[in-house]
Amino acid sequence: MNANQQPLLKIDDLRKSFGQANILKGIDMAVNKGEAVAIIGPSGSGKTTLLRCVNFLETYEEGSIRIDGQEVGYRDGGNRQRRGETDLARMRAETGMVFQSFNLFPHLTAAENVMLGLTKVRRKPKQEAREIAEHWLKRVGLDHRIDNLPSELSGGQQQRVGIARAVAMEPKILLLDEITSALDPELVNEVLDVVRQLAEEGMTMLMVTHEIAFARDASHRIVFMDDGKVAAEGPPKELMAQAGSNQRLDAFLSRFRTSHLH
Amino acid sequence: MGYHLNFNLIWRHFDKLWQGLVLSLELAVVSILIGAAIGLLLAVWYVSAGKVVRAAISAYVEFIRNVPLILLVYIVFYGIPTVVDFAYSPTASFIGTLSLYSGAYLVEVFRSGLEAVPRGQLDAGKAIGLTPWQRLLYVRLPTMTRITLPALSNTFISLFKDTSVASVIAVPELTYGAQWINFNTFRIVEVYIVTTIMYLVTGYGILFGLRQVERRFKVER
Amino acid sequence: MATILYALPFLLQGFLITLWVSALVVVFSLAGGLVLGVGLVYGPRTVQWLVRLFSDCIRGIPILVLIFVVYYGFPPLGIAINAFWAGVVALTLFKGAQVIEYVRGAISSIPKGQMEAGKAIGLTFVQRLRYVIFPQAVRRFLPPWINGVTDAVKGSALISLLGIVDLMQSINEVIGRTYEAMPLYLLGAFIYFAINYSLSLTSRFVERRYAYIRD
Repeated sequence: MNANQQPLLKIDDLRKSFGQANILKGIDMAVNKGEAVAIIGPSGSGKTTLLRCVNFLETYEEGSIRIDGQEVGYRDGGNRQRRGETDLARMRAETGMVFQSFNLFPHLTAAENVMLGLTKVRRKPKQEAREIAEHWLKRVGLDHRIDNLPSELSGGQQQRVGIARAVAMEPKILLLDEITSALDPELVNEVLDVVRQLAEEGMTMLMVTHEIAFARDASHRIVFMDDGKVAAEGPPKELMAQAGSNQRLDAFLSRFRTSHLH
Repeated sequence: MGYHLNFNLIWRHFDKLWQGLVLSLELAVVSILIGAAIGLLLAVWYVSAGKVVRAAISAYVEFIRNVPLILLVYIVFYGIPTVVDFAYSPTASFIGTLSLYSGAYLVEVFRSGLEAVPRGQLDAGKAIGLTPWQRLLYVRLPTMTRITLPALSNTFISLFKDTSVASVIAVPELTYGAQWINFNTFRIVEVYIVTTIMYLVTGYGILFGLRQVERRFKVER
Repeated sequence: MATILYALPFLLQGFLITLWVSALVVVFSLAGGLVLGVGLVYGPRTVQWLVRLFSDCIRGIPILVLIFVVYYGFPPLGIAINAFWAGVVALTLFKGAQVIEYVRGAISSIPKGQMEAGKAIGLTFVQRLRYVIFPQAVRRFLPPWINGVTDAVKGSALISLLGIVDLMQSINEVIGRTYEAMPLYLLGAFIYFAINYSLSLTSRFVERRYAYIRD
């Protein structure tokens, strides 16, 4: 990776609190183009909040998040003026998001779920949007489910539609928020396989996950968050090696060593 | 605006409003008591009855619910005495109307309340050897009461507001009092400001009190 | 029987007025209630507070009093209004408050994630309402709303007290001429019943049809 290349996503000293509770206590992070970064950490460490700040589903008051040099939620120029509705929508279209609870639109078919953003945000003609939707639904292995409603799909299939809906918009970066935690164990792999493939093809990704083994195999870099801060980070192998010297990381990982990794 | 508020005349005739409010509350209380008796009786009958009785009860409920209250008031006060040799005061007539009216709404409330009592509770009643009447009295009705309390509160507030229709047959309740002052003093804006506030304060005051009662019943279980 | 045949043309005119008033009220209250209902759910704090205050006040006042307030109370304040429009305005206020509550109930039954998913693909607020929230909310909204139209029809009978010759008043006038109270009252009741009962049947039908759509 080119060292002087500007990172696609750059987060500086991000702070966020809900009332009295400080959730994010100064996060610095960068994700380069084509990089897949996994965020792990105990629940309550602020992982999901961080992810939601990146497309401004949560507001942040201090620090900055820049995608391709553009501040996410606020107008450029330093006076912290919140972007207008259309402006925010335009920024959000640059980031794809896949949710833990799928959040598919239940009144729309799989294809229509994917097409909605293409036709209404990207202003593509219906025919073209339909072709793109079919292309991506095939890519996630749902050729035979294109015109089904979400209620007619299994959890794993729904989540794959969720991924197709996000990537069809050709986002600069894909955000994945614990996308397998609502799934039955036997459905997890069909979803992770899709993500792994996207990572291999160079999709820039920031994912919050509980699947340590998956994070280790599929990401270029792992960020360990603890108590609202980045407590350790590095390529998977290096991070795992740090566990010996980082007590919190060691404690966190040890749970998975015994329960998941055998 | 060129209208100058002057409440003096309102205060001089305030007893018309105050006594009207008291009568409105009395009408609502008496009507919901009779209505609850009708409703409960018919609901218990309904859940255990055959087709014909059910159809008859449904017909009563649907008729009342789909006809304007003012027309029901006319039917009872002006209509019925022309057919049967029978006379009653406007107040008595209105209480009769509002009781039948609330009864129809409460049949539905109580019926769904009875049906919402979990099967397991009834089975448990059977298991300890209660007779059908005992099961109704000690298992179904207490649970049903708790379930239906919020709906009962709402019905009471609705009835309190509906008593305003009694003014059309000259029952001297709150709206009648307001109209009287309206026509006799022409302090139109003032009288409706005061009347509206009286309805709002009384209605929400009662609702607030009833919600406290509901909360107490909830804790008891 | 002869009375009824004599009465029918009068009643028909009254019936049409009742329908016309109800239709106006339903349309106006739907438009206003939708906007205010959306304001109640998504508006800024002050808007939410104002809509809540408006709705609670209106719902706390008897419809009849509302009608008198508008009819007798507006002219002294310099707002000229005739009996017909006073009735329409008062009933619209009453129905509008109802619609606000239906809208609030329907929208808040939709999971929060739907709005977020809409945001995430870059839809603007209006687009999210139009393509994501409303299509889903409509099936929760329609059954109570259709059923609530009966309240407009029943409430409209009260404008007879302002001298508007609606169905209720036309019945009163025929009785005034023929002195045959009971048959005409019952005929009137039957007509009101027919309108309202078909509305509640429609509401149940719509509800059952939507019940097949799973979430």
